[in-house]
Order: sequence, then C-alpha cells, then structure tokens
Amino acid sequence: MTAPSASLAGRAVQARRQQVLPNGVLGMLVFVLTEVMLFAGLISAHAIAMAGATEWPPLNQPRLPVVVTLLNTVALLVSGGMLAWAQRAWRRSSQTVNPPLFGALALGLFFVLMQGREWVALIREGLTLTSSTYGGFFYLIVGAHALHALAAILALAWAWRRLAVGRLAEAQLATVAVFWYFVVLVWPFIYIRVYL
Amino acid sequence: MATTTVDAHAHDSHAHEGPKGILGYFWSTDHKVIAQLYLWTGMFMALIGGLMAYVFRMQLAFPGKPVPGFGVVSPVEYNALVTNHGTIMIFWVAMPVLIAAFGNFLIPLMIGADDMVFPRINRLSYQVFLLSAIVILASLVVEGGGFGGAWTAYPPLSANPAYNLTPLGATLWVVAVALEFVAFLLGGINFIVTLMNARAPGMKAYDIPMVCWMIVIASILFMLSVGPLIAGAVMLLFDQTLGTGFFNPAVGGDPILWQHLFWFFGHPEVYVVLLPAIGVTVDIVATFSRRKLFGYRLLLYTAVGIGVLSFFVWAHHQFIAGIDPRMANIFTVTTLLISIPVIEMFFVVFATMYGGSIRLTVPMLWALSFLAEFMIGGMTGIYLGSSGSDIYLHDTYFVLAHFHYTFFPIAIIGGFAAFTYWFPKMYGKMLDERLGKIHFWGTIISFNFIFIPLFILGGLGQHRRIYNFQNFPELAPYQPLRVVATTALVVMLLFQLVFFWNLIKSFRRGVPAPKNPWESNTLEWTADSPPPHGNWPPDQMPVVYRGPYEYGHPGRESDFWPQNVPPAREA
Ligand code: HEM
Ligand SMILES: [Cu+2]
Repeated sequence: MTAPSASLAGRAVQARRQQVLPNGVLGMLVFVLTEVMLFAGLISAHAIAMAGATEWPPLNQPRLPVVVTLLNTVALLVSGGMLAWAQRAWRRSSQTVNPPLFGALALGLFFVLMQGREWVALIREGLTLTSSTYGGFFYLIVGAHALHALAAILALAWAWRRLAVGRLAEAQLATVAVFWYFVVLVWPFIYIRVYL
Repeated sequence: MATTTVDAHAHDSHAHEGPKGILGYFWSTDHKVIAQLYLWTGMFMALIGGLMAYVFRMQLAFPGKPVPGFGVVSPVEYNALVTNHGTIMIFWVAMPVLIAAFGNFLIPLMIGADDMVFPRINRLSYQVFLLSAIVILASLVVEGGGFGGAWTAYPPLSANPAYNLTPLGATLWVVAVALEFVAFLLGGINFIVTLMNARAPGMKAYDIPMVCWMIVIASILFMLSVGPLIAGAVMLLFDQTLGTGFFNPAVGGDPILWQHLFWFFGHPEVYVVLLPAIGVTVDIVATFSRRKLFGYRLLLYTAVGIGVLSFFVWAHHQFIAGIDPRMANIFTVTTLLISIPVIEMFFVVFATMYGGSIRLTVPMLWALSFLAEFMIGGMTGIYLGSSGSDIYLHDTYFVLAHFHYTFFPIAIIGGFAAFTYWFPKMYGKMLDERLGKIHFWGTIISFNFIFIPLFILGGLGQHRRIYNFQNFPELAPYQPLRVVATTALVVMLLFQLVFFWNLIKSFRRGVPAPKNPWESNTLEWTADSPPPHGNWPPDQMPVVYRGPYEYGHPGRESDFWPQNVPPAREA
C-alpha cells in the first residue's frame, strides 16, 4: 500500500502497519495466558482439596513414582532446551535446525510414553479417577497436561515436516515453540505440587 | 492492499468475493458477515430468553394458572426456565451481541483494517458458538428436561442426577457453556491480536476509539478469568458422568471449591460485559455532545484498574457460604473499592457532555439511559458488598433486582445503543427516529416497572428461586407487586414489536444512509454504508492523523475532524 508520509504537530505518520510480534506468535501468547490460568485453577483446586483432607494421600492409595518422574521431568526440560537451541540455530543458519528440532520432538514423545507407562502401573495398583479425590486430581491434572503435550508434539511434528520440505517460516516455528515452552515450563509446577 | 494484516495462509479466503447463498454465509470469513451472524443469533437467543421470563413471571404472578402459549408450569419446568433464562441472557446474549458482534464489526473498521488477522479462526469461533447455542437449546427438550440448578450451577445439586433429576439436561448444560467459552477464546485472541497488529498507519495507542479498547480489555479479562472455570467445568462434568467426587463431600470433595472457581470467573465476567457497554456509551456520547472526550487516558487506565481489581472481589458472592469472616472483611473492602473506578468512568462521560451541544438522537437516548439505569445497579451493589447487610439481602429479590439493573442496561440498553448507532453503517439504511423513540420510552419505562417492585419485595425478605410464594404466609400478601412486575414485563416484550416493525420498515423503504450520518470522526464512517468486502478499496486504505474525539475544535469551520483527513488538505 502507498501511504503518504505526513506529520502533524511533530508526529510522523509511519507508512506501514506495525506489528508488535508476528500474528501467530502473539495469538499463541494470548492463548497461553488462558492456559496458564487453566493450570493455575487446577493446581489451586488441588491445593484446596489437599488442605481440607485429613490424610493426603489416603492410606489405602499407592504412592506416586517420585524418582522416575523426576528423570522424566529432566527429559522434558532438555526437550525444551533443544527447541531453544533449534530456534537459535535458525537465526544463524538454517542448516543445523533439523537435529535439535528432532531431538525436542523425540524427547517430548519419550516423556508422554513414560507418563503413559506410569499410568498403567498406577491403575494396576488401584489408583483410578474414581478411587479417591486424590486419584481424581492426579488424573485430571496430569491428564490435562498430557493432552496439551500431545497437541504440542503434533505441532512440533508438523513443524519438523515443513522444515524437511523447506517450507517452515521462522514465525511458524516461533508459534509452535511458544506452546511447547508452555507445556515444558508448566510441568515442574505440576511435579512439585502433585508428586512431592 | 493491506495484506500485512491478514496472516499468510488464511489469505486465499479473501480472494473470492463475499458470501454465496445461505450456506456460504455460514462459511464466510468476512468479519462483517460473522458480526451479523453473531448479532442475529444473539437476538434470537434474547427472544427465547425473554419468552422464558414471560412464562416464569406469569407463574409467579398467577401461580398454578395456565400460561397463555405455554400451559401450566410445573416446578421442574419453572427451575429449568429460570436457570436457562439466566444462562442464555449472559452467555448467549450479552457476550455475543456486545463483544462478539460489535467487536467483529467495529474493530477492523475502526482501526482501518480489511479484516481480522485470523479470519478462519474467526469463522471457527462463530461455528463453535452456533453449536453451543444448539446444544443449550437441545438441552431444554431432552428426556427429563433442561437443567434446573440455577445459572451458578452449585454442586451438589448440579453434580448429582439423583438430586437435580436432569441427567441429560445438566450434562448438556455444562457442555454448551464449555463450547461457548471455546468460541469466545477464539474470538478474543483475534480481537487482541488484531488491535495490536493491524492498525492503520499512523494510529497510535491513544488514537484507538474507546469502544475498541474496551472490547479488547474485556477480552483479556475474559481470557484471564475463564481458565479456572474451565477447570471447574471439567471437574463438574466428571462428577456428573464418570462418578468422580471433586465436589462431593462424602468422598472427600468440596462443594465450596466450585463456588470459588465459578465466582473467580463470574465476577470478572460482569466487567467483561460492562466495559464494552461503557465503550459504546462513550463513543456515542462524545459524538452527540460534539465535545472531545474528557480524559481519554484516565478512562483507559481506569478500565485497566477495574480489570485488575475485579479479580479480587469474587467472594462477595459467598459471604454466607461459610467462608472465614476475616475473609469476608477483606472482600468487603475490595468490593467497595471497585465502585470508585466505576463511578469515575461515569464522571468522565458527564464531563464530556458538560458544555456540549447535545443532540438527542435515539442512540444518544439509549446511551444516556444506560448511565442512569446502571447507576441504580451500581449503588445497590454497595449494600450487597457490605458483608453485614448482605447477610440479610443475600439470595433475595434485592440481589436479583441489583444485577438486572446492571445487566439489563449493559446487554439490552447498551445493545440497542450500539445497534441504533451503527445500523446505518451495517445496512446502509437509516432507522425511523419516531418509532425508535417510541420503542425507547416503552422499553425503559416498563423496565423500571419490572424491577422496582422486585427491589421492594427483596427488601421485604422475598427469596429468589421459589416456585410459588403463596405457600409463604408472610410473603403471600405482596402479590400485587408481583403482578405489577409481570405486567410490566409483558408490556416491555410487546414494545419490542415496535423495534421489529422499525427494522422491517427501514429494510424495505428506509432512507439510504450516507457514509457519515452522525458526523462522526472514527474510521468506520469513511467506508461505504454498508462497507464492501475488504472495507475500503485496496488503494484507499485509511491513514490516521489524529485522535478519535476531535469535536468542536476551535478555529475550524466544521465541528468535527475525522481521523483520516490529512492536515495539509485543509490548510
Ligand atoms: C460497583 C459495582 C458492583 C458491586 C459493588 C456489586 C456487588 C454485588 C454483590 C456483593 C453481590 C452478591 C449479592 C449476594 O448474592 O448476596 C452481587 C451480585 C450480583 N451482581 Fe453485582 N455488583 C456490582 C456491579 C455489578 C455489575 C456491573 C454486574 C453485571 C454486569 C453485576 C452483576 C451481578 C450479578 C449477576 C449478581 C448475582 C449473581 C447471582 O447470585 O446469581 N454486578 N453484586
Ligand atoms: Cu460480583
């Protein structure tokens, strides 16, 4: 478009529309804001239930696997780090983006599969959605996170495919990355509040 | 063309012209078409909500008698009607009309963009909304009838079908509300990003028309408050369908937890709908007072301040729900504090009118009556916010009248103000002023005749959500007040026929609207009436040189100064 430049009382009219951030990234940030509040809601509901309970966890319910999940947490954090590495690599030269992006994707998948394995074990030991409020909150919160992780992994896989065929734009990678960072960074809070 | 405003892969949808056929309408990505869809769906739902009120008010005025057009109202039906009336009016009328319809129509036009930044997400938003409307309507006719546990859906009543007797209705109710939230999330993201990224060249933050700011601040509030309620809704859904006990004290759950999650959203929500109505009022009052808005930045910062404060008042809905009295004190203070910024916004509007040359057009009448009527709602909120007096007033008709004096001005009066003001732009026709005034006075007067009697009844101790007051010897004698309220409601509903007649008349033989019938400054008035697909010809996208409220500028011949007029051309 051809906007004339003019000025009024010392104010210069810029000739183009100005974007604060690329549309996709900004939209995703706004969405993540809601997601943060969703998990804040879940975690505070959990805290209120915990504060009101006489025994938490209930004596007849299995304990959660603290150590294995800690390792899994580390895997997820490393995955987030690899994505940051991929974004940095992009800004330098797009050659080395593929390996760290794939690493982030693979570690994310590893995290979800490990969580699934734990769920199977816990269900066998008698912790289910309806076995107690304790179990209910566990599956609700961890399950909500797992759904987000799966969605984010699909997005990462999409980005990785597009990179392979050379059609990935930097803003698209950034948009996906915002969501993955959210999934990664909200997890330690869940780990501390729910597992410890 | 301003291609930078539209994100790259959605752009192909712009290549073809506006909607084709009825189905094309529902598949259009044009922000104006989506605005129409939201508007008419919202109006349709308002009609349903209004007719529901007619049925249950008739039952209250003439208990047990068959209601013309409906028949005898059973207690279960009564509960379902009251519950869904409230739910529909808030989630399917106030939000879609004020925020979604006018947000969609106005934001791109007022900031000089050709569309929203995410047109396809915008379309998806409406489609999810339509689905949610279908689900809530379907919930009324399923086996067992619609949900009857009040719009606040407190457990254990809402969580257990053995108590509420509506296994399907209660679940569909939760699903419908959740879908509606998804629709507004999608819409809200669009509003926020569009306002940030797609403004016309030259439009700085303080050149944005107030109504756009208010809709965007309201969207941010909504996004920040809705998360915990979505969490609560999922928990409630699990309690209903999977047999969990999040809110069931028998298995270690906590019913008060729901109240916290609900009102943490519920109170900000009242400001989510209030702010857009204030924005509409401010724009209309400035235009028809021919005066520069007094204190633009003050108003903006006040709105943000209200937004922040509104997250710290929610427990004033729970003063007698068993919360710690020390907490009640804190929430009394925060609640009373929030009346200060609210009244500040009103003084900004009064100061704008002061010394102006006021034109009493129909939209201006609606805007002024918004101020007058909302004031009654805000003042009575102070009695409710003081925990001492609320112990008596809680859950009486006083509360009911309070929030109708806030919500009705916001959703209905604000909606009519916006509709009559922007109608010429939307449809290229002028509305009839005389019919508009008849409709205005009829609606406003009957509105007060509905709710002033209810204030009195509340003060006398009449509780809400009761099927038949004849069963309460000390309340039965006040029946005449109930009859007055019901009669006034019927009159008000009948006056809406004048509105529809006005609509039909101007669609068929209304005077064609010029581009700028109100001599206003903002950019939407520089587009054709109605604006074409893309809003302006690609080579004539507007450029902004000044703020939106430059009326009555000294030293200028005409008393308005549109945002897009270059200074040079006039010198
Ligand atoms: C300064 C302004 C306001 C104050 C101090 C205030 C205060 C209150 C208080 C304390 C209650 C609880 C009463 C009770 O249940 O015992 C209440 C109820 C309510 N208020 Fe307000 N309010 C204000 C403005 C608004 C606005 C702007 C709206 C709507 C847009 C609104 C809508 C409602 C609704 C819907 C309820 C009843 C909820 C229910 O129990 O169903 N209020 N208000
Ligand atoms: Cu409130």
